[in-house]
Amino acid sequence: MRAIDKKLWRELWNMRMQALAIAMVIVSGVSIYIMSLSTLDSLYETRGNYYRNNHFAQVFASLKRAPLSLVKRIAEIPGVNKIETRVVAYVNLDVQGFADPVSGHLLSLPDNSHGLLNQVYMRNGRLFEPGRDNEILLSEEFANAHNLQTGDKIRATINGRRKTLTIVGIALSPEYIYQIAPGAMFPDYLRYGVLWMARKPLASAYDMDGAFNDVTLTLSQGSNAQDVIDRLDDILKAYGGTGAIARKDQLSNRFLSEELKQQQTIATVFPVIFFAVAAFLLNVVISRLISLEREQIAGLKAFGYSNLAVGIHYTKLVLMIVAIGIVGGIAAGVWMGQGMSNIYMKLYSFPYMIYVLKPGVIVSASAISVVVAILGTLYAVRNAARLPPAQALRPEPPAIYHATLIERMGLQRWFSQPTRMILRHIERRPFKSLLTTLGISMACGIMMIGGFQEGAIDTMVDVQYGMSQREDLMAIYTEPTSMRSLYSLRNLHGVEHAEGFRVVPARLEFQHRDYRTSVHGIETDGELMRLLDEDLNVIRLPERGVILTDYLAEILHIKPGDSLTIEVLEGHRVTVQVVVAGTTKQYLGVNAYMRRDALNRLLKEGNAISGALLRVDEGHRREVYAELKEMPRIAGVVDQKSAIQAFYDTLAETVLFFTFISTLLGATISFGVVYNSMRIALSERNRELASLRVLGFSRGEVAYILLGELALLTIIAIPVGLLIGYGLCAYLAFRFDTDLYRIPLVLGINVYAFAALVVIMSALVSAIMIWRNLAHLDMVAVLKSKE
Amino acid sequence: MAKEHYTHERLDEQVVFHVHGVTKTYQMGEVQVHALRGVDLDLYRGEFTVLLGASGSGKSTLLNILGGLDTPSEGHVLYGERDLTRASEAELTEYRRYHVGFVFQFYNLIPSLTARENVAVVTEISRAPMQPEEALQLVGLAERMDHFPAQLSGGEQQRVAIARAIAKKPDVLLCDEPTGALDSATGIVVLEALQRVNEELGTSTVVITHNAAIAQMANRVIHLADGKISEVHTNKTRLQPAQLSW
Repeated sequence: MRAIDKKLWRELWNMRMQALAIAMVIVSGVSIYIMSLSTLDSLYETRGNYYRNNHFAQVFASLKRAPLSLVKRIAEIPGVNKIETRVVAYVNLDVQGFADPVSGHLLSLPDNSHGLLNQVYMRNGRLFEPGRDNEILLSEEFANAHNLQTGDKIRATINGRRKTLTIVGIALSPEYIYQIAPGAMFPDYLRYGVLWMARKPLASAYDMDGAFNDVTLTLSQGSNAQDVIDRLDDILKAYGGTGAIARKDQLSNRFLSEELKQQQTIATVFPVIFFAVAAFLLNVVISRLISLEREQIAGLKAFGYSNLAVGIHYTKLVLMIVAIGIVGGIAAGVWMGQGMSNIYMKLYSFPYMIYVLKPGVIVSASAISVVVAILGTLYAVRNAARLPPAQALRPEPPAIYHATLIERMGLQRWFSQPTRMILRHIERRPFKSLLTTLGISMACGIMMIGGFQEGAIDTMVDVQYGMSQREDLMAIYTEPTSMRSLYSLRNLHGVEHAEGFRVVPARLEFQHRDYRTSVHGIETDGELMRLLDEDLNVIRLPERGVILTDYLAEILHIKPGDSLTIEVLEGHRVTVQVVVAGTTKQYLGVNAYMRRDALNRLLKEGNAISGALLRVDEGHRREVYAELKEMPRIAGVVDQKSAIQAFYDTLAETVLFFTFISTLLGATISFGVVYNSMRIALSERNRELASLRVLGFSRGEVAYILLGELALLTIIAIPVGLLIGYGLCAYLAFRFDTDLYRIPLVLGINVYAFAALVVIMSALVSAIMIWRNLAHLDMVAVLKSKE
Repeated sequence: MAKEHYTHERLDEQVVFHVHGVTKTYQMGEVQVHALRGVDLDLYRGEFTVLLGASGSGKSTLLNILGGLDTPSEGHVLYGERDLTRASEAELTEYRRYHVGFVFQFYNLIPSLTARENVAVVTEISRAPMQPEEALQLVGLAERMDHFPAQLSGGEQQRVAIARAIAKKPDVLLCDEPTGALDSATGIVVLEALQRVNEELGTSTVVITHNAAIAQMANRVIHLADGKISEVHTNKTRLQPAQLSW
C-alpha cells in the first residue's frame, strides 16, 4: 500500500466515530430508498405475475339475471377477448365456535376447473368432484383466521336454505387480493370470506340454471375498455346490470394501486432528506479535517504532490465513508424491503411474494450517495487542493468575531462571558448553525410520521364509526324490501333501535366529469347514520337535494347550488337532476346522500329499504345475530366495529414496523448531526476550552460553552422540526388522498412530544460522549502549542 | 548540602511554595522521559523569580506542577498548607480558579471575546477580583478594551493575557515564556507590565524563559538543567525591563 493511502486508513480509523455517524445517515438514506423501491418493484412484479398467470379479468359487471345465450351478444362487442359468466351470491356463514356475524361471497367455478378468468390459486386440497354438490374452496385468509382446513365443514345460508359445506381446498384469487366485505372499508378475515363452489349446485340453489348474474371479460390488445363497458352496459341494461367497471376500478385492485402510489411517495421524500443531511455532515467533517491538516497538505505539495493528487486523496476519504454507508444501506435496505414485502403479503392476500431487487436500484442508490457526497465536499476539497504550500504552512488566521445583534440591541449586560461566547460563535457561522439546526429539525420531523399515521387512522375510525355511522350491526337485505320489515327487526329481543336505509348504485355527472358510486337514502333525524359538516357537527338532511362527500364534490368540481345528474344503475335506471344541497366530511369512501323517502320517490317506488342499521344491547348481540341469520330476506350482517378491531390488529404490525424504522432513522440523523457538530466544535475550540480549564474553569463550566451552543441550536431546532414534521405529514396526507380514503391531518400532542423527546435523548447521548472527551482536554499541550 | 542552601536562604520571608523531592517521568510513545529528577525549592511571597533553562530542562514541567496542571511522580508540592500532590481534580480546579494566574506564550485569548470580556471571563468566577477595566489600565490597555483579539497586536494580546491573569488578584502569577512569541521591543513592554503587577500588587511571580537577559530583572534566578536545579542566584541589583536587551 502506498504511504499516502496508509495515511487515509489511519485517519479514517482516528475519526471512526464521526465516520460511523455519517455512514449511518447514508445507511438510512440508502436503506429506505432500497426498501421503498424494492418493495414497490416486488409488489408490481408479484401483482403482474399473479394477474397474468391467473388471468385476472379486465372488465367486471354484475346484473340481476341473464340467460347464457346473452354471451353471444357480449362476444360480438368489438375488443372483447375472453368471457366468463358466473353465479355470485352474498351469503351468511356459520363457523363452528364463532358466534359473530360472518358473511361471504360465494362464486361459481366452471365445473371441475380453476375457471377461465380470475383463476383460483390452489394453496392445497383439490377441485370439486362431479356429482358432489356440497364441496367448496375457501379463501386462505378466512381459513387461517378460523383455523379451518380441508375436510372441515362450514354452514351457509344459501338462498334461505341452510347447507353444510365441506372444504376441499384452500385457494386465493387475484380478484380478492384486498379482501373486504361489501360496504366495509377494512379487511376482516374473521367475518368475511370468499368461497368457490361448482357452478351447477350454486346455479340451481339460486334458480340460475342456464343463466348468470356476473360476467367478467378480458380485452383484446389495443381495445378501449370504456367503449367495451359502454356497449356491455347497453346489453345488460335490460337484465338488471348495475354498470360494468374496468380493472382499475375493481376494489381490490384499486386499494392495491393506492398503496403502491404511497410507496412511491415514501421512496422519494425520505431519501432526499437523508442524502441532504449526509451531504451537510460530510461537508462539515471534511472541511474541519482539511483545516486541521493544512500543514500536512503543504508538506505533501512541497514534496511534489499535485493539486489533483491532494484532491483525490481527500475524495478517497469521502468515498470510503460513503462506501461503508452504501454497503450497510444495501444490506439494511434488502432486509427492510423483505420485511416490508412480507408485511404486504400478510396485509393483502398474495399467494406468493416475488422479492425483486433490480440492479438499477442498487446502482442508482450508490450513484446518488457518491454524487451527493462529492457535491457536499467539493468546496472543501477544492480549497485544500488549491492552497498554496507557503500559505498552508502558516497557521490559519485567528477567527474574527463581532458582538452579536442581540448584544448590540443592548441586552449584552444580561449575558455572562461564556454565554456571549456561545452567541458569537453561532453568529460567526450563521450558515453552518442554520444547517445544523435544520439537520436536527429534519430528524425531529421524520419522527412525527410514524405517530401521525397511527393518529390519523384513529381519527378516521373515530369520526366515521364513532360519530357518523354508529350502528352495532348492519343487516343487508337480499333485495329492496318494504319499510314494514323494520317492525320485525325492532321486535327482536335486544334490538334497541332500528333504522332503514336505501342504497342504489349510480353514476353521478356534472359537466364533463362523472363518478360511479352509490346514492344512500337515510332517515332525516337518524340516530345511527348521521352526516357531519366540516366542524363535525351533525347536518340535518334537507327536504330536497343531495349531500355529497366533500371529496366527491372536489372530484366533480361541483358546489352547493349546482345541479347534479344522477343516473341510477338499478331497476328502471332513471336519470334525474338533483340540486347539491351541501357537502359532508367523510374520511372513508365517496358517496351521495339524500333523504330515504326522497330517494324512494326518485326511484318511483314505495317505502323500500335495502337494509337496516341496528343498535343492539351488548348483552344480547349474539342472540340478535343468531335470529338475523334465520331471516331468509337478510343476505348478510356486517359488524363494523369488529371489522375495525380486526383491521387494527393487522395494521398494528405495519404501523409498528414503520414507526420503528422512522424513529430509528430520525434518531440516526439527530445523533449524526449533534454528535458530529459537537465533535467538530470540540476540535475547533479545543485550545480555547483547555485555556479556560487552566484559568480555573471547571469541566462543567467548560462543557456549558460547548454543549450550551448545541443545546441552544437543539432547542431552536425542535419547534422548527415540529413545524417541518407537520409539513411532511400534511404533504403525505395530501399525497395519500384518494377516493377510497382521505387521511386527516391530526397530530396529537403525544406525536410532537415523542419526536421532541427522541431528539433530546439523542442530543443527550452525544453530550455524554463529548463530556467524556472533555475530561481528556490537554491543558499542558495548550500552553505550548500555537493554534 | 545544596538543598540547605536553596531552601534556607530567606527564612525571614513567608514561603508560598514548598517543593520537596519532586520527580516527574512520563511516557512519550515508547520512551520514558525523566522531566524532573528530584527538585527541592521554596518560593517566597512577593518574589519575582525567573526559572531559566534550555528547552527540555524541565522548567515547563515544574511550572505546570506548581500551577496544578500536572502532578509529580514522586515528592510533594505544598502551597501554603495545601498539598497539591494529593489534590483531586476538583480541588486543583478550585486552586487554579482562586489562587493562580497564568500567562501563556501564545496568549490563549478567547477570540470571540473582547479584551474587556477576556478579563471578565475570569473575574466572573473569582472572589473579590478587581474590575476588568482596572486590570487593563494596569497593563496600559485602557484605550483598547473593546477590541477583539483579532484586532490587537501580539504584544497587546499578551498584555490582555496578563490583565486577565492578575484581575482575580492571584497569590501567584505563573508565566510561561511570556515574551517568547514577541519581538524584543514588545517583549519589554510586556515585562514592564509584569514588573508593575509584581510591585504594585505584591503578587509572587514566576517567569520561565530560556532568555537569559530576562533573568536580570528577577529577585532570584533558578537555573534548571536535565531536570535538576543546577544553580540559584539572587540578583543584588535588579535591572528595569527597559534596560534589558536581547
